[in-house]
Amino acid sequence: MEFQFQFDWQAAINAIPFLAKGIPYTLMISFGGLAIGFVLGIVFGLLSINKSWFLRWPAIAYIEIFRGTPILVQVLFIFYGLPDLIGGPIDPLTAGIAAIALNSGAYISEVVRGGVQSIDKGQTEAGLSLGLSRTQTFWSIIWPQAFRRMIPPLGNQGIVSIKDTSLFSVIGVGELVRQGQVYIANTFTAFEVYFVVALMYLAITLTLSLLLRLLERRGVASV
Amino acid sequence: MTQIVKMKGMNKHFGKLHVLKDIDLTVEQGEVVVIIGASGSGKSTLIRCVNGLEEYESGVLEVDNQKLAPKGGNQHALSEIRKEVGMVFQQFNLFPHLTVRKNIMLAPIKVKKASQVVANATAERLLDRVGIGNQADKYPSQLSGGQQQRVAIARALAMEPRLMLFDEPTSALDPEMIGEVLDVMRELAKEGMTMMVVTHEMGFAREVADRVIYIHEGQIVEEGRPDDVFDNPQNERTQAFLSRVLAH
Repeated sequence: MEFQFQFDWQAAINAIPFLAKGIPYTLMISFGGLAIGFVLGIVFGLLSINKSWFLRWPAIAYIEIFRGTPILVQVLFIFYGLPDLIGGPIDPLTAGIAAIALNSGAYISEVVRGGVQSIDKGQTEAGLSLGLSRTQTFWSIIWPQAFRRMIPPLGNQGIVSIKDTSLFSVIGVGELVRQGQVYIANTFTAFEVYFVVALMYLAITLTLSLLLRLLERRGVASV
Repeated sequence: MTQIVKMKGMNKHFGKLHVLKDIDLTVEQGEVVVIIGASGSGKSTLIRCVNGLEEYESGVLEVDNQKLAPKGGNQHALSEIRKEVGMVFQQFNLFPHLTVRKNIMLAPIKVKKASQVVANATAERLLDRVGIGNQADKYPSQLSGGQQQRVAIARALAMEPRLMLFDEPTSALDPEMIGEVLDVMRELAKEGMTMMVVTHEMGFAREVADRVIYIHEGQIVEEGRPDDVFDNPQNERTQAFLSRVLAH
């Protein structure tokens, strides 16, 4: 049997408007989740290097649990599992944002910890010797330097999290992959549709990469 | 005379290593005390105790009439002492993310609540004094080692300290830059600054010190006027050390 495949440009173009409806959801889940994840990362990252064992261990437990389990399991647990606990449904968008937040928060905690620990302890000593408090020393001397070093790994995490949202098609949130699946169910043009979906992810992640490179260059230039 | 630093029976360990053994030492206002000794003898640790960068375990330490309790107790005294005691480090420890000007302005603004205008004027005056008034808006990485160390001295002086600690301030410098840093320190001494200096620069010690202290394995084994210590050391450890460092 002769079998010839031809890329159907028209099918790809036709799919764009429907697929594009998924972009706001993908962006909302990624960036909403990452914004919360960034806050979680700062809080738990700093707690994980606190002198007090009492503050440190819950932070380390959080980091290990969310780094050590698959994000797919996490989102399924939040979407299907948690409602049993709280006695009411959780909408898929909220579940998706929560999963990205908790998951990226764990990785960002490690980025924060690494960034802070990479700053020479002479910097802290200089701050303290000038009469600054520990808090002042941290926020005006250590953090600005650490943050600059954190930009590349934070960008990396951003890209990973954007791609992770593609898994959330399983909970029925209308993001890019979900839109693609729905569209294919009606048109049977899997090749073209997933090709366009992939391009859309690439457009988002490349934009982020570019912005981060600019930010990094500005940061480096002023040191 | 006023005693700025008073140590009595001070002891410190790093794990099993007994780094400071029953240290008795006083420093009078306006005095320049140079501390010499081999690497690992405890001389840096000694001056790092003065502003609480190292904790000690037993004995008495008073700085500027404030008791600094052992084992890092008494945070209030510690923060008061640090406002009065400046420190210059071997590795400069300038803040790389801030310009030279901002490096100097930071502590007066944060600690003394000085206004931007006043802090800026102080920074410019001090940079002139250490001879790099035209570098205020550069970043530390754009300066030579000698210039960086002079900025570090200016940064410490901006807090108008009563005592300056120097922890091997020229050890990380290229030979041709040592002189410019020692010149600034010499000027400071002349103007009456109280100084505790850990250094390997024996010429500087002989010229500038009011008193030289030789530390061996955590103990003060010799103490006296520079001429006496250098020309007529009593302790055989001091004799051995000096013959090693003065031989070349």
